[in-house]
Amino acid sequence: METIIQIQNVGKTFEGKDSTVEALKDINLDIHKGDIYGIIGMSGAGKSTLVRCLNFLEKPTTGTVCIEGNDLSKMTDGELRKARTEIAMIFQHFNLLMQRTVLDNICFPLEITGHKKKEARQRAKELLEIVDLSEKAAAYPAQLSGGQKQRVAIARALAMNPKILLCDEATSALDPTTTKSILKLLKEINQQYGITIVIITHEMTVVQEICSHVAIIDYGSLAESGTVEEVFSRPQTQAAKKLVFQDEHQYTEMKGKRCIRIVFTENSSFEPVIGNMVLECKAPVNILLADTQDINGIAHGQMVLQLPEGEQIADRMIHYLEERKLTVEELDNYVG
Amino acid sequence: MWDSTTINMLIEGIGATLYMTLVSTLMAYVIGLPMGIALVVTAKDGLRPNTIVYKILDVVVNIVRSVPFLILLILIIPLTKVLVGKSYGSTATIVPLTMAAAPFIARLVESSLQEVDKGVIEAAQSMGASLWTIIWKVLLAEARTSLIVGATIAIGTILGYSAMAGTVGGGGLGDIAIRYGYYRYQTDIMIVTVILLVALVQILQVIGMRLSKKLDKRITG
Repeated sequence: METIIQIQNVGKTFEGKDSTVEALKDINLDIHKGDIYGIIGMSGAGKSTLVRCLNFLEKPTTGTVCIEGNDLSKMTDGELRKARTEIAMIFQHFNLLMQRTVLDNICFPLEITGHKKKEARQRAKELLEIVDLSEKAAAYPAQLSGGQKQRVAIARALAMNPKILLCDEATSALDPTTTKSILKLLKEINQQYGITIVIITHEMTVVQEICSHVAIIDYGSLAESGTVEEVFSRPQTQAAKKLVFQDEHQYTEMKGKRCIRIVFTENSSFEPVIGNMVLECKAPVNILLADTQDINGIAHGQMVLQLPEGEQIADRMIHYLEERKLTVEELDNYVG
Repeated sequence: MWDSTTINMLIEGIGATLYMTLVSTLMAYVIGLPMGIALVVTAKDGLRPNTIVYKILDVVVNIVRSVPFLILLILIIPLTKVLVGKSYGSTATIVPLTMAAAPFIARLVESSLQEVDKGVIEAAQSMGASLWTIIWKVLLAEARTSLIVGATIAIGTILGYSAMAGTVGGGGLGDIAIRYGYYRYQTDIMIVTVILLVALVQILQVIGMRLSKKLDKRITG
């Protein structure tokens, strides 16, 4: 695979008045043509700085960034501007021109490169169709929802036929459903036009959803990188583990006050009743006491469970257990 | 005493006041707008940070703004004479008015342009926009509502200054108010000129606000 973005020993230091901040430390990364490359990290890890180094909105303090073999730091201002027309970018807060219509927003990059107005408008209309927003051509950004604004931003980014699309937390301001639809659109763009996409995010779900590769940035350093599969199945570093398992440990402490005692008399020992109930009701229970034994394939004994806080979900669990022919008895004042 | 001569004089006064105000505002923008842009562009977090240029502009603007207008008016009489040929009358007043208003306008422009979302500027940069494109199509275009509100404030202030210039023979309504109302104790003429000045400011204010609202697309609906 051909390398399209080569990041070598990139470091970035911000000089403050009385302190210097090392935002990036010795980053090395190769991104190949056609990849959807996720760069993930906790907020403040330096991932936004890193993505800005890819189009030199931030100039790295050390190291080089090469786009298709061309070192950005060796370019003149004019050459850099030209290179940027091939590296599109979308943002968390969309950054549309608020005083222009949707159509004129998409025309903006074409105006910069001196396209004729008529040509630009024609192209903008085609792009609006791709992002499925043709009916909003004459609207102003203030009249659009977040998801629609991001679609306009994507259309604007595609106007120049870029080779690379940088996404800086592009879905972080959107709700989960809209996030999904935007990610789907990005995936289509990647497949149909072969545009390499770099996605900056703090959400693991975004990476899982569409990325082929992932790099984990932690305190300005590259902690781990590879295919999403590799990193997910065998996270090596502490930072990677923290991100991969971030969805767990949601319930650190059970707060529910309702407890039940269940008695096993005739169920098969091989039926994972409690496990199934948890999966079915999608809420955990706390096993306070368990005293069961397997007698010739039949489970005998009792268990005391602490139910989750939600009234409805607790009722559903009791109902579930009763349906499985278990004796269920509510206990008062067992906890707290 | 409300004969046709007086009425004609007042009408001419309105004309002279408008002439001084509008021409001075225009000239002051020719100087103040680029200064305001330069202040934003060369500022520390600007598009082309340049401490020396910024500091010079900053100091010049502050010095001129802190000189009282009447003093400025007298101080630059030699310059006015060179430019206009005389130091009294409406046209001559335009010189000090422009001088006084330009730095004020530079500050108004600066604050309007600073309101433009940094993210939008960054987006334009990421598309490969040049400095001029960003100034013209992003900064000025996005800040247009605020710029018009600023211009409305500027016109009102300049109109007030122009009346002040009347005390030293500047012409216009202020001149009439001083000569007739103050020196000749014709209070009625003075009151009429003040009412006319108030009305002018009101009209200009309403026009400015309507225009800015009409051009603002950030509001839904």
